[in-house]
Amino acid sequence: MAHLDELEEQGVYIFREAYKHFKQLCMLWSIGKDSTVLLWLARKAFFGHVPFPLVHIDTSYKVPSMITYRDELARRWGLQMVVGQNRQALAEGMNHTRGRLTCCRALKTDALRHTLDGSWPRKRMGPDGVYYEEQDREPFTGVIVGARADEEGSRSKERYFSPRDHNSDWDIADQPPELWNQFKTDFAPGTHVRIHPLLDWTEINIWEYIQKENVPIIDLYFDRGQGTRYRSLGCETCTGTIPSTAKTTQEILVELRATKVPERAGRAQDQEDTYAMEKLRREGYM
Amino acid sequence: MTGQNTTGHSARADKAESSATPSGATGPSTIAPSTTGSSTTGSSATGPGAAGPSEAEVAPLRETMQIVIVGHVDHGKSTLVGRLLADTGVLGEGKLEKVQATCRRQGKQFEYAFLLDALEAEQDQGITIDAARVFFRTDKRDYIIIDAPGHIEFLKNMVTGAARAEAAVLIIDAKEGVRENSRRHGYLLSMLGIRQVVVVVNKMDLVGYDRQIFDSIVAEYRAFLDEVGIKPRCFIPISAREGDLVAGPSKAMAWYDGPDVLAAVDGFGKQPGRVDQPLRMPVQDVYKWNARGDDRRIVAGRVESGRVAVGDRVVFSPSNKTSTVASIEVFSAEPPTQVQAGFSAGVTLTEQLFLERGEIMSHLRDGPQVGTRLRVNLFWLGKLPLEPGRSYKLKLGTSQTEVQVDAIHRVLDASALGSSVDKKRVDRHDVADLVLRSRNPIAFDRSEQIEGTGRFVIVDGYDIAGGGIVRELVPDENQQLRLESRIRNIEWVRGDITVAQRSELMGHPASMVMFTGDAGVGKHAVARVLERTLVEDGVHAYLLDGKNVFLGVTSDIDLDDRDALVRRFGEVVYLFLDAGTVVVSTTNVIGLSDHRTLQTLVAPFKMLVVHLGPDAEGMPEGADLRLDPGAEPREAVAQIKALLAQRSRLRSH
Ligand SMILES: Nc1nc2c(ncn2[C@@H]2O[C@H](COP(=O)(O)OP(=O)(O)O)[C@@H](O)[C@H]2O)c(=O)[nH]1
Repeated sequence: MAHLDELEEQGVYIFREAYKHFKQLCMLWSIGKDSTVLLWLARKAFFGHVPFPLVHIDTSYKVPSMITYRDELARRWGLQMVVGQNRQALAEGMNHTRGRLTCCRALKTDALRHTLDGSWPRKRMGPDGVYYEEQDREPFTGVIVGARADEEGSRSKERYFSPRDHNSDWDIADQPPELWNQFKTDFAPGTHVRIHPLLDWTEINIWEYIQKENVPIIDLYFDRGQGTRYRSLGCETCTGTIPSTAKTTQEILVELRATKVPERAGRAQDQEDTYAMEKLRREGYM
Repeated sequence: MTGQNTTGHSARADKAESSATPSGATGPSTIAPSTTGSSTTGSSATGPGAAGPSEAEVAPLRETMQIVIVGHVDHGKSTLVGRLLADTGVLGEGKLEKVQATCRRQGKQFEYAFLLDALEAEQDQGITIDAARVFFRTDKRDYIIIDAPGHIEFLKNMVTGAARAEAAVLIIDAKEGVRENSRRHGYLLSMLGIRQVVVVVNKMDLVGYDRQIFDSIVAEYRAFLDEVGIKPRCFIPISAREGDLVAGPSKAMAWYDGPDVLAAVDGFGKQPGRVDQPLRMPVQDVYKWNARGDDRRIVAGRVESGRVAVGDRVVFSPSNKTSTVASIEVFSAEPPTQVQAGFSAGVTLTEQLFLERGEIMSHLRDGPQVGTRLRVNLFWLGKLPLEPGRSYKLKLGTSQTEVQVDAIHRVLDASALGSSVDKKRVDRHDVADLVLRSRNPIAFDRSEQIEGTGRFVIVDGYDIAGGGIVRELVPDENQQLRLESRIRNIEWVRGDITVAQRSELMGHPASMVMFTGDAGVGKHAVARVLERTLVEDGVHAYLLDGKNVFLGVTSDIDLDDRDALVRRFGEVVYLFLDAGTVVVSTTNVIGLSDHRTLQTLVAPFKMLVVHLGPDAEGMPEGADLRLDPGAEPREAVAQIKALLAQRSRLRSH
């Protein structure tokens, strides 16, 4: 079996386990390449369907075309979109000039936590393709996430099924064993689980897969004539482009195989503090 | 520093703190965003994986293999990995010299293990190293070395890492010889199903490259590994520090004529032969979306072994339901006509069956074993011991079953080296040979035959607390009947009406209600009212008293032959059930203990067991409902009907 096939099969298996074991299941969709590959895998696992909601945290600072792309795909594929936001922080003018970590924590970490546990209002896309305020908000107990072990230090210590306690805290030092295809699917009330079908994938695997499957990826990843492109997507304010003339998946692959610069080098918040990511991650940021 | 405990690089991490990490040159802040060329410190430009564009453009899909290196702490794991990186040239120019220079500056003896810490600190993730994996490549393929900490405290992580590996390198210190952990690791690898193993005897330089010392370690360890079913491909004498026989020959050990470590690792094969084994596909789920114009009913699961093709006759175990594969479903591609081991599949069947997760799909011949007693080897990681008298959850394939410890044969103690036959429980980090008894029959294989359906984990409370492999089935009292009814079901000649069609036309599924309880508690009275009520409701119900069967069908056999009586009664019930009837009966004639046997015989039809008795004490295991003696029949019947309705609702989705 080719390695990419092995990765795909493992991902599909994990998706089906997650769907079977968690009633309140959702998947985080950041619109980036990883979670879009994740979305494609979900459709593979469920034969074209995505039988759980997709949660998007809108910081309001995303590149506008990300939102357009999100809603277009959602309508085309019949996705159940759920959108959360830290409305209060935004109303009070939160932005990255108040400190990148502070901003990330408010607009991503806090927004995510309270969107997942249902304590803050969230929007849902109806069958008509229009968003409305969600009425009976249930907490999600299983959250599928596109994290990869090779992204940065703390992620490589994840399990496929990774428990979080009621504070969304992650006890790295004492994680459950994972054997073969048997995952931790039994949980004490009040805890929830992060599920990582892409854990073993590398950045290159992601692009190889996009190429192989022709996954519709947002065009911000490609050079559209300016000689720059995004390698990693985030808020417009904090994510830089890289100089690149890669216009196709194939060209990106060639570029990646030659580079020595880490993927998230364009993400400003990573540079602010050596342990920034680990901190945010423990607090629940993806 | 948070990483230390979870990755188990404890030995390495300590060393790293005092030296080797080129101070100031670490941390993401030195990596300039948006540039690929100009480097300020000069170190990041010489990072590993510096493949030139020409090589990158070829971009072949290379084979990847995950391996694990295990051994007692300090026997030289990290040194070997460092050596492999250095000697296979994935390290990048100047890296080695740089770390060596740092050591000299700090007046420290250079260690190959420092390389790993230095690389990790530089955060070249995804290229050579991350906290849980090391990447290297040979001409033949790409390798991922999964971290599997040697210290017993990290056994949980070692097992998690090793379970993902396809092959293993076991490392032993020539001077220390076979240690407790060397045995435990060997045992664990065998239980994790890792058959491809190479043993390296390290630090040969410390014993003067002495052939005799090597030979005696080989003899001792080989004998032990043989006991646990591991036959190493080779034993290699090496010095990881000096580089002997890691990635090249050794002058000091000219007496050795086998492969070096690299050649041995390249000699591992990819997934031997699962495709040629009998078909096993544990049912993961059954999907019927009824959405977006899709009304397929898809049985989903991963093919663990063998292959399945459209048109194949298949049987599901333990229920013994049979059908034929109508199609193989995929998303966004041409539907294939067959699918083989390793792939997640979805099949539709010609006959709609009520299937539950956990059943194993196989061909009619060469199916899995079905039983309630399993002789297993297991390792225990739980905080609480594994002991008789408590219930645990067994997860095997996709099934979940309640189990208890039936008998403990042998425990390899965590603290002492020796094994004990007297120990009555299995403590954390122990390894044991024991028999598990499940509440309901489960389908499985001997791990020696089919790996995917021959291994399991045990859940205690909310946590996976142990894992192991099935060595063999231990027959229980119903084993023979189980086999007979299975063969009967598979061979059964059917008309054109399927079970599903029949129950649809008759308006209800076939079912059996069995009353148990002491004589004189009023079973018969309730049974009669139940039959009458059901028939008045339009249900095809029939009160089948055991005595009626005895009067005719069994009139020619000895009334003391209980087994024969029960069997014939069961076969008659089966006929009624196959005809779509709801059978109502009592154990008056056949005796109380036999409802389990009966269930075995009438499978896959389900019995509803209603017990009449004063308290839960006397209730037979697996009973569905208890009523007080002399229960008011009408009220009792209302309760039974509610249960029946709930069942058929469950079955009709
Ligand atoms: N003499 C000698 N020492 C070695 C050799 N391999 C490793 N060592 C030393 O053994 C110690 C433990 O090695 P390390 O690789 O850290 O062991 P680990 O705990 O298994 O990862 C270190 O001091 C190494 O230098 C060898 O081949 N010869």
